Amino acid sequence: MKKLSARRRHPLAALVVLLLALAATGGLYAAFAPADKAQADVAAQSLAIDEGKKLFAVGCSSCHGLNGQGSSAGPSLVGVGSASVDFQVGTGRMPAQQPGAQVPSKQNIYSQAEIDQLAAFVASLGPGPVTPTKEQYTSTNPDDISKGGELFRTNCAQCHNFAGQGGALTKGKYAPSLEGADAKHIYEAMQTGPQNMPSFPDTTMPEEQKKQIVAFVRHTNSDEPNPGGLTLGSLGPVTEGLFGWIFGLGTLIAVAIWVAAHTTKAKKS
Amino acid sequence: MSHDMSEEKLPESHGAAGEVADHVDPFADPGLPAHEPRRTDIDERAAKRAERQVSLMFVLSMLATVGFIASYVAIDPDKIVYIFPLGHVSALNFALGLTLGVALFLIGAGAVHWARTLMSDVEMPAERHPIEADDEVRADVIQQFKTGAAESGFGRRKMIRNTLIGSMALVPLSGVVLLRDLGPLPEKKLKETGWKEATPAKPVQLINMSTNTPMTAADIAVGSLTFAMPEGLHVHDEDFQQRIAKDALMLVRIAPDDIKDDKSREKGFDGILAYSKICTHVGCPISLYEQQTHHALCPCHQSTFDLSDGARVIFGPAGHPLPQLKITTDEKGFLVATGDFQEPVGPSYWERAR
Amino acid sequence: MSSASSTTSGATKPASTRANPANKWEAAADWTDGRLGIYSLAKANLRKIFPDHWSFMLGEICLYTFIIIILTGVYLTLFFKPSMGEVIYNGSYVPLKGISMSEAYASTLDISFEVRGGLLIRQIHHWAALVFVAAMLVHMMRVFFTGAFRKPREVNWVFGFLLLVLGMFDGFFGYSLPDDLLSGTGIRFMEGAILAVPVIGTYIQMFLYGGEFPGHDIIPRFFTIHVLLIPGIMLGLLVAHLILVFYHKHTQWAGPGKTEKNVVGMPLMPVYMAKAGGFFFLVFGLIAVISAIASINPIWAYGPYRPDQVSTDAQPDWYMGFSEGLIRVMPGWEISLWGHTLNLGVFVPLMIFPLVLVAIAVYPFIEGWITGDKREHHILDRPRNAPVRTALGAAWISLYLVLLIGGGNDLFATHLHLSLNDITYFVRIGFFVVPVITFIVTKRWCLGLQRRDKEKVLHGRETGVIKRLPHGEFVEVHAQLPQKDLYKLTAHEQVQPVQLPAQTDENGVAGKAGIFTRTRAKLSRGFYGEGSQIPKPTAEEHHEITSGHGHH
Repeated sequence: MKKLSARRRHPLAALVVLLLALAATGGLYAAFAPADKAQADVAAQSLAIDEGKKLFAVGCSSCHGLNGQGSSAGPSLVGVGSASVDFQVGTGRMPAQQPGAQVPSKQNIYSQAEIDQLAAFVASLGPGPVTPTKEQYTSTNPDDISKGGELFRTNCAQCHNFAGQGGALTKGKYAPSLEGADAKHIYEAMQTGPQNMPSFPDTTMPEEQKKQIVAFVRHTNSDEPNPGGLTLGSLGPVTEGLFGWIFGLGTLIAVAIWVAAHTTKAKKS
Repeated sequence: MSHDMSEEKLPESHGAAGEVADHVDPFADPGLPAHEPRRTDIDERAAKRAERQVSLMFVLSMLATVGFIASYVAIDPDKIVYIFPLGHVSALNFALGLTLGVALFLIGAGAVHWARTLMSDVEMPAERHPIEADDEVRADVIQQFKTGAAESGFGRRKMIRNTLIGSMALVPLSGVVLLRDLGPLPEKKLKETGWKEATPAKPVQLINMSTNTPMTAADIAVGSLTFAMPEGLHVHDEDFQQRIAKDALMLVRIAPDDIKDDKSREKGFDGILAYSKICTHVGCPISLYEQQTHHALCPCHQSTFDLSDGARVIFGPAGHPLPQLKITTDEKGFLVATGDFQEPVGPSYWERAR
Repeated sequence: MSSASSTTSGATKPASTRANPANKWEAAADWTDGRLGIYSLAKANLRKIFPDHWSFMLGEICLYTFIIIILTGVYLTLFFKPSMGEVIYNGSYVPLKGISMSEAYASTLDISFEVRGGLLIRQIHHWAALVFVAAMLVHMMRVFFTGAFRKPREVNWVFGFLLLVLGMFDGFFGYSLPDDLLSGTGIRFMEGAILAVPVIGTYIQMFLYGGEFPGHDIIPRFFTIHVLLIPGIMLGLLVAHLILVFYHKHTQWAGPGKTEKNVVGMPLMPVYMAKAGGFFFLVFGLIAVISAIASINPIWAYGPYRPDQVSTDAQPDWYMGFSEGLIRVMPGWEISLWGHTLNLGVFVPLMIFPLVLVAIAVYPFIEGWITGDKREHHILDRPRNAPVRTALGAAWISLYLVLLIGGGNDLFATHLHLSLNDITYFVRIGFFVVPVITFIVTKRWCLGLQRRDKEKVLHGRETGVIKRLPHGEFVEVHAQLPQKDLYKLTAHEQVQPVQLPAQTDENGVAGKAGIFTRTRAKLSRGFYGEGSQIPKPTAEEHHEITSGHGHH
């Protein structure tokens, strides 16, 4: 049983790989990228920032300040990155409706294009986590599910429950259920640490592992069958106990009443 | 007592509502009511129908058993089917459970229906007898016991009596002694953790549980949460479970100005604090960290610790703060420990000194 | 003496004493009787009378679920490997492929996914266990609230109590066996609880776990306790419990023709053989159906146990929920003195836990002492006619429920959108307050019901017919109850409180009643004094009203 973990690499291996990869992509990009397209991208980007600034002034500035510098009503957004905006606005948490222990997710009122513009503006305020691309959060390797499961149990299940059903935190706060959550939003939450959730930045949890966790959550929430029957909310023994009392003992007592009752007499009606 | 307790012995059916039979004592016991027949008792057709119903249940039960065997043979254990409102469930489990349940239930339902409709439902009394024996028997038994006791000489021969009591009292000790090898003595085991290998001369790196790599201070962002174990510990080690049960760390980074406890700040490195992940209440891995309030909540019993204030207990049943491991960085910039926790980790115990 | 007579009869008669049996069945029965004495046994029991009432079948639910648990449990042991040796999972459940886990966990996964029908048997085993403990509790409530625990049944009450406690613990050991993340957290809790025991805690912990937590011994040891030690003791107690039920004969409700000296009902053969035997199949069938439609303890979803991992919603099965509540709401008190630590935050709940249970066990003896009643009781009390007892029972249940809320505080918080902390504060106060309120309310309720019974006896039942009196007043016509109902409503006897012995003896010397005598008199007044029961109607009152002006 006792064997050295094969996964363990030299501490600097990641750095070397990263440098090589950067050099390779940089070289390839320089070789193939058409110069005029790059310029067009820059132009489009500045347009998006301008549009985003307008949207921001209308929807966000009352709390976060005109330039996202923050106020007593809302934190500074300098350096939170586009991923934060995409998560907060995309899940409908922002703009917030009312103060409370926690800002809940609700129906999102912006189109994805508008969210991207807002994100571009906020990203321009200072560098921060970038909205992931589809490749970053979509796993194609089936082994990722079990690896993600182990990571999930180490890093996530303590708050979000073994099946991602969510759970209670202190003083009315809660870890939300991950049921139906967008893969991208799960990924962004790990990157940015929204509200009271701690962040799991790439430095301590590399992209690959986030992708594995997303794969596990998606599998558990959507694809995973419940071989035994009703899951009873995947909340553990509390709901099982309730079900056992009501449907188990309850039905048995109903049957007992039938067994013990006297048969109807053939009385003159 | 006998079944054919003659009907005429039973009291007549008492009058209609409002009539009290006994005018001296209106609350007197009117006695057992007369038996009233059921339909099946007086109508042979109804009885026949009940008989057919019972038999039908038994026949259906047989069919269900056949269905059980057929399901067992025919259905692939991996097969998943959608069943409303259960969702996607194992076809085999559903089929086996349902057929078994129906087969059993119908045997029971048939038997009970049979009893309720076709077996006699005449209620009859049986006499009770007092549990206590009468005085004569009691006196007899006591006399017998006294005779026996006297014949044994148990009271008279005190030496036999006392040595017997002594030997009987001692012999169970053998059984107690045999339990000694169930486990080792506690000694100092609970006082130390795997971090004791670390010394200022030979520090031990903190290894990220997710990536299995050491970490630099720059890797740990403010507001992030990371779990760590000592270098040299591997998931497939024979004693991994035992060691991780004490060595597990939770790393958080708090802006140094937000750290209220000076000692805690000093044990950390540039705002990075390494707390034991094991709750001081009963040992659950506590890690529900709220990065804005800096509170860590235990999912088992809701003890809440303020990680910005030396992990002081602010709520719940835990009795003392989470131990904090002193950390620094080595020459390569990796986070390391230079010694063990200064107090035992995990739940309190009698020999624990503060 | 009996041996002497049998030798004389043996000397005068040939070895085979019986005339030719009528058929081969009788011959077989004769053969058995000659060796086991079955005829004498059957004479007393074959036509034994059992009264009919659904609440008398609660004990049968316990018995049958216990049998189901044993049957399915034996099957599970054929596949389960109680070992903590590490293996890498390579079965058909995808989300755990390649994960290292204990053999115990891996074999439970195999039972669930590879063994055909294994999942069903596992679910039947676990559902039956939940229902078993629930049924025991409800059965005990029935016995409590009807006063069926009174002489001569106190010892059987204690047997039942022991079965309940052993059942709870066997359940705990059982759900610990798969070594999944949830049950492992339970075993970890147990370690912390043991460590909190002063002086010997660390020694017990090291001996039980074979070293430091978790070690490699705890699962195999729990296995032996779960499948052999506790079920063995339970089987013995169960047999004793049933023998006593037969020996005492069943209690019955008051009613016409039913007295303390008889039992009215239908015979074991054939009615109860069919009803009780059939009920076993009904119970088994229903639990099988539940196991087909509802999943229980999906250990594959929890993942294997690792001491550094945990999932929120970490709760035990429901019957341990009240102890979980005690643990969760206790403030974190800890005393550190002279190099020793007393962890009151764990130790106090650990001590209250058995007290909550023992309170049930000793109740019959306390009530017996207070009433000083030495007679046998076979007619059941209606709960309303013993208001203090009923109120005490209700207070106990309310305490139990408050603690269950405490044990599930996190789920109540998320599902009712409340603060976890507020629920905990509520339970801390409710632990003391709710039982008192429940006691007062229940007692008053019982007294109200007694008044209504009295009213019904004296004035009859409401017919719904409205009559106009000559002077214009409208009254509802009341119809007198038939005598069987009058008897039923007045059959209970009302205990009078015990009196203190005279303060002075015949010589005028002040005698002092001991503290026990005085406490007893005080309690007795509390139980049966003026404020605790409504005097039942007398024949005179009834005559006066019925012979007089009809209705008011």
